[in-house]
Amino acid sequence: MDRHRGAVNSAAVRRHRRSPNRLPRALVVGLAAPALVFVAMFYAWPVVTLATRSFTAEAVRTVLHDKAIHRVVWFTAWQAALSTVLTVAVGLIPAYLLARYEFVGRRSVTALVTVPFVLPTVVVGAAFLALLPDSLDQSATAIVVAHVFFNIAIVVRGVGGLWEQLPTDLAAAARTLGASPARTMREITLALLAPAIYASASIVFLFSFTSFGVVRLLGGPAHPTLEVEIWQRATRLGDVGVAAVLSVTQLILLGVAVAWFARMQTRHQRTLGLAPLTQRQRPRTRRQRVFVGFTIASVVVAVGAPLVALIEHSLRTGQGHSLAAWRAVFGNDVANSNRPSLNPGLDAFASITASLRIAVVAMLISVVIGGCASLAITALGRSGRLLDVGLMLPLATSAVTIGFGLLITFNSAPVDWRGSALMIPLGHALVATPFVVRIVVPVLRAVDPRLRDAAATLGATPARAWCTIDLRITARPLLTGAGFAFAISLGEFGATSFLTRHGRETLPIAIERLLNRPGALLHAQGYVLATVLAVLTFVVIAAVEAIRVERRTHA
Amino acid sequence: MKQFSMVVASATLAISACSSGSTAATETKPASLTLVAYDSFNVKPEAFDAFTTATGIAVKVVTAGDAGAMLTKAALTAGNPEGDVMWGVDNTLLARALQAKVFSQYTSAQLPTLNASAVDFAPKHEVTPVDEGDVCINFDKAWFATNKLDPPSTLADLTKPAYKDLLVVENPATSSTGLAFLLATIARSGENGWQQYWKDLRTNGVKVVDSWDQAYSEAFSGSAGKGPRPLVVSYGSSPPAEVIFAEPRPDTAPTGVMASSCFHQVEFAGVLRGTKHPAAAGQLIDYLVSKGFQETLPLTLFVYPSRVDAALPREFIDYTVRPTDSLTVTPAEIESKSKAWISTWTDIVVR
Repeated sequence: MDRHRGAVNSAAVRRHRRSPNRLPRALVVGLAAPALVFVAMFYAWPVVTLATRSFTAEAVRTVLHDKAIHRVVWFTAWQAALSTVLTVAVGLIPAYLLARYEFVGRRSVTALVTVPFVLPTVVVGAAFLALLPDSLDQSATAIVVAHVFFNIAIVVRGVGGLWEQLPTDLAAAARTLGASPARTMREITLALLAPAIYASASIVFLFSFTSFGVVRLLGGPAHPTLEVEIWQRATRLGDVGVAAVLSVTQLILLGVAVAWFARMQTRHQRTLGLAPLTQRQRPRTRRQRVFVGFTIASVVVAVGAPLVALIEHSLRTGQGHSLAAWRAVFGNDVANSNRPSLNPGLDAFASITASLRIAVVAMLISVVIGGCASLAITALGRSGRLLDVGLMLPLATSAVTIGFGLLITFNSAPVDWRGSALMIPLGHALVATPFVVRIVVPVLRAVDPRLRDAAATLGATPARAWCTIDLRITARPLLTGAGFAFAISLGEFGATSFLTRHGRETLPIAIERLLNRPGALLHAQGYVLATVLAVLTFVVIAAVEAIRVERRTHA
Repeated sequence: MKQFSMVVASATLAISACSSGSTAATETKPASLTLVAYDSFNVKPEAFDAFTTATGIAVKVVTAGDAGAMLTKAALTAGNPEGDVMWGVDNTLLARALQAKVFSQYTSAQLPTLNASAVDFAPKHEVTPVDEGDVCINFDKAWFATNKLDPPSTLADLTKPAYKDLLVVENPATSSTGLAFLLATIARSGENGWQQYWKDLRTNGVKVVDSWDQAYSEAFSGSAGKGPRPLVVSYGSSPPAEVIFAEPRPDTAPTGVMASSCFHQVEFAGVLRGTKHPAAAGQLIDYLVSKGFQETLPLTLFVYPSRVDAALPREFIDYTVRPTDSLTVTPAEIESKSKAWISTWTDIVVR
């Protein structure tokens, strides 16, 4: 055992060293600046404004003494912890499959896994509900299962990004030295993946903790999370004071959790000799083929079934099925023209173009800010960790709090931006940026500093070395991050619902509005848009995968 | 087209009726006004063309979440509002809106043409009633025909074994229709009786979900969702919507309304306090209650006009019943007691 560990230490794996990045200090500060300004301006300022305006002693007392609130906090915490553990455990299976095996349709499976995560919960949740056994309806089990289903993409993408670049020779060496496959997996592969696992787990935990749509849909009135409670206090009871105190409570709890995850991530940090491309293998043995086949089938069924349900719902227009809703959205529709009274209240088709436009802007913002921030985070050590956590905070804050905060902060000249068209992509970028960082940082951290040393020895300037080494290795995760940011923007609902304006509905907003009215034809149109959103998401993610492969063949 | 010219005609009338107003002299005419409304305000931009033609002022619509979120936002920004006029605070939210001083007073010359009992909600005229409707139990006609059972006719029927496991309602803590139905049962059974009524409903298998769309579109058997339960808390105007928004269009409504279960809702519009254009905002209020605009409401928002002389579309006459004695609770009582009612309800029904 010792022999094997010694071999690992003296080989390519090494504890992280101080000052791994030779970038000049001023440049690092410059890289961190956009992220700092962004978070300070569009997150910290609004939230602090809301908190200081609405905190009252009575609201604090209510939160401290109300037993019902304590129950909500406890439930929120344990279901999030359980959801996280299960999501990671289950997610590693497809992550392994996609990182290590080559098979026909690999890119499609990758895209398919991502679809549930970015689709609005109203949409997939409904299909999920239809497939759920009655005995699980409105139970905590249903919530946890749904969280695994929705968040598995985070693990697959986050861990998979590192896994596919992990050199195989260590595991091979361990096997040669007599370790069992299970032990190799545990002591080599998982140990090396630990930083990425903790990074992904922290996001899964955040999402499960602040879960809103899933909880309302599948948990029912008996299982509110803190996020639901905040929303209910603020919008239903008009009690902004208690809502703000709860929001800060949630922030503190999640701040502690995220800091713990970040610490674990650093503790397990090792420098790896990352290969830009590690050879994937085709399944050879019978066992491998069974594993690959079974995993693919599970993904296709789990994601495919709700998608088929979406399409079926888009055809229900009254008695029986028809294409009327599809014609209403895309065609010069017969149904509407002979019935002028038929008014869905929004332009369904325009919501598709609006969403695409917003997604492009949001993607650009989050890639620039997230990319710069990732470089700064890896260069900065301890203060880098602070920046990392700071970027995650928006995910830990209820959408209601940010929405109301923005409203009362940017409400008078020269910053009366209520209703500005840029607010929605900015809101989306706030959500998407931490994902870009999550995807890029683990790869960047694992860059072997000796590569840069070698470059310097060979006469390269620090800038040149940085371009040829860091930038090349970062390009791939950055593209993945861009695709993810785009998809997140397409599907974002919570923040948008507080910023959206009449006539500028995004797809998820349009879907929600259509599903919230009686009438089969409107409902079916909502599902038409949901199908469109699912297909768009799939195409975007699959395209990003294609670009990545192409770059690889050139490299 | 005919409808449009009617809108123009009545709008011009409405505006000329009030243009002799006093504050107009001190205020320069704005290029546009902003109307803040709830998300489901499905009125098309063209609906304001007549107003723009008559006054030269454009109307921008800003949606601000559901009615509750919209009011919270308005309360947070009271005095420095997001717009000039707000549409859609209803009688369950009215007391909170008045307490937060969201609106400034405006007495429309059109008040005598509006439903007097609705006008009485705001004796100081901070708000003007614009539409009304009911939250009622809807039933699936086909289900009751197939199962040879009469639809329930009173709220008390719902606790009988014959109707076990048939009703789905929304959580009053998270849904406005759910709250309206809870208020209906409180109005019916009284402060002392409603807890027992809900205990009985629970014993009889009432299902509670978190939102209207879940209840109506997933759990209810009479909608496109084809869920398992034939009784749902929805709107009195849902049956006409099921006829209008179906392809092919059915000959009759697939659902009916249980008239004795209805809670009456009145929606109001008001001039937002702090607007820079109070006189123009008043003109917009007059337009909102003009005959032409009011007559477009049934088929856009699926509500009844506040104006007593507004004609109703055929669908609203043929496919639904308008309850004559819907239940109600005063706005002041709703504001002061609903928090406690909801928490008691949660203890009885959910835990």
